[in-house]
Amino acid sequence: MYSTLLAFDWLFVIEKLVLIVGIVSISLVIAMYETWAERKVAAIMQDRRGPMRAGPMGLLQPLADGLKLFMKEEIIPNTSNRILFILGPCLAMLAAMMTSAVIPWGGKIDVFGREVSLQIADINIGILYVFAVVSMGVFGIMIGGWASNNKFSLMAALRGASQAISYELPMGLSLIALLMLTGSLKLSVIVGQQLDGVWNVVYQPLGFLIFLICAFAECNRTPFDLPEAENELNFGYHQEYSSMKLGFFLFAEYINMFISSAIMATLFFGGYDIPFVNDAQLTEKVGLNLMALFQGGVLFAKIAGFIFLFMWVRWTIPRFRYDQLMNLGWKKLVPLALINMIVTAAVVLWLKK
Amino acid sequence: MQALTNRAKPVDRKPMTFVERLYLWNIFKGMLITFKHIFKKKATINYPEQQRPFSPVFRGLHVLNRDEQGRERCTACGLCAVACPAEAITMEAAERKEGEENLYREEKYAAKYEINMLRCIFCGLCEEACPKDAIYLSETFAPANYQRKGLIYGKPDLLIPDPVTQPEEYKQALGNRANKQQQAN
Repeated sequence: MYSTLLAFDWLFVIEKLVLIVGIVSISLVIAMYETWAERKVAAIMQDRRGPMRAGPMGLLQPLADGLKLFMKEEIIPNTSNRILFILGPCLAMLAAMMTSAVIPWGGKIDVFGREVSLQIADINIGILYVFAVVSMGVFGIMIGGWASNNKFSLMAALRGASQAISYELPMGLSLIALLMLTGSLKLSVIVGQQLDGVWNVVYQPLGFLIFLICAFAECNRTPFDLPEAENELNFGYHQEYSSMKLGFFLFAEYINMFISSAIMATLFFGGYDIPFVNDAQLTEKVGLNLMALFQGGVLFAKIAGFIFLFMWVRWTIPRFRYDQLMNLGWKKLVPLALINMIVTAAVVLWLKK
Repeated sequence: MQALTNRAKPVDRKPMTFVERLYLWNIFKGMLITFKHIFKKKATINYPEQQRPFSPVFRGLHVLNRDEQGRERCTACGLCAVACPAEAITMEAAERKEGEENLYREEKYAAKYEINMLRCIFCGLCEEACPKDAIYLSETFAPANYQRKGLIYGKPDLLIPDPVTQPEEYKQALGNRANKQQQAN
């Protein structure tokens, strides 16, 4: 009897550890190359060439940037709160990475006769978890800005916090409409439904639009990058930061972008579903592992598309004024999301009658 | 008020239409514009590898010329220094000794010849003033330097390579313009 209690599935632990390390390092590498892609996209849209000296097509540029950030002098202002000052970027980074735990990155793979699902934690409140962690991201900005003991940083932190809170509301409301259709908070179930049927964006175009706008706001991306508005707040909440602590803040933004692209792809664009292909039939044909590779590739293609959209918008639209931001959030998006929710509820009830 | 010209455009103060207030359609139009720029020709060139051609009248770095036998043409008459509006040129004359006939064409030559590239305005008046065709402005420009004294060019920097001993370098130093002229002649 004792032996059964002590019997611990070590393989399970190893499997999850490998998954965690893999996904964290993949998202770090992707965030790295997002910085490269951002500069390249910006350059190409402005008829320039972008980074091209470090390595072929400037592909080693992120490494050079990282090295530069590491080599810079680390300054902690005298009047700042040391612990919180260091905690700020750590929290921002942590919150950015944690969301990746519930996203299903692909179907199952077969490792030495053991079926491994490509998802770190398939918890039954997946979306709620995402929401909780995303809200935690505000703490990074808030604590970092406040601990700097600087007017501009504090104002930026306030802006960031109020912006994130205001836009979480319509984001949540738009998701409620989606959840009424799926009937489950589990991300794997939501993707599973889209594998067989139509992508959720077809049923919820307005919900997707609201979610997209809120995702831009949550990631502090242009046109909602008011917390770091350099022309009015002098670089915002990371004004006092230098060296890798600044790098962490910037990096967290790119990871956030990657993760929110992944969530949008998962919730609205079928996750790892390969479009126009019957996934179950293809799995029988090519086998489990190859299929997981295809699915992962398709998911990453969708994510790359969203990341390009993020960058495209950033280099097209100027920043909102703060009152415009709040007007859009509270007076436009919240009512729209509510209407969307009510209409969806009515239609769902009517069809199920 | 009566408009003085017909160029003034009245400001449109109409309230925004519904589509404009939606803002999304205008964002979409803006994004189309930026998307079009992806396919446009880039204005940048990769500078050190690719260089823009100079204009045919470009006046660049000075060159002290030699004649066909590789002798310096300059006789240190000082006309270039007099002509120079920026007073960038100084020189010291010396007398040619026995056995130096293959180095200097005339009996008097410039022992020291310096142009301060920080003062020079590249007007080309020295080239016009020179009676011996000894100085002309080439198709290159002075590279940057860390010190002021590094931009005072002496004879070793200015003299063209010897056409007898280093014909290829000489041809390169002459530049495309001179080569074209020679072909035309």
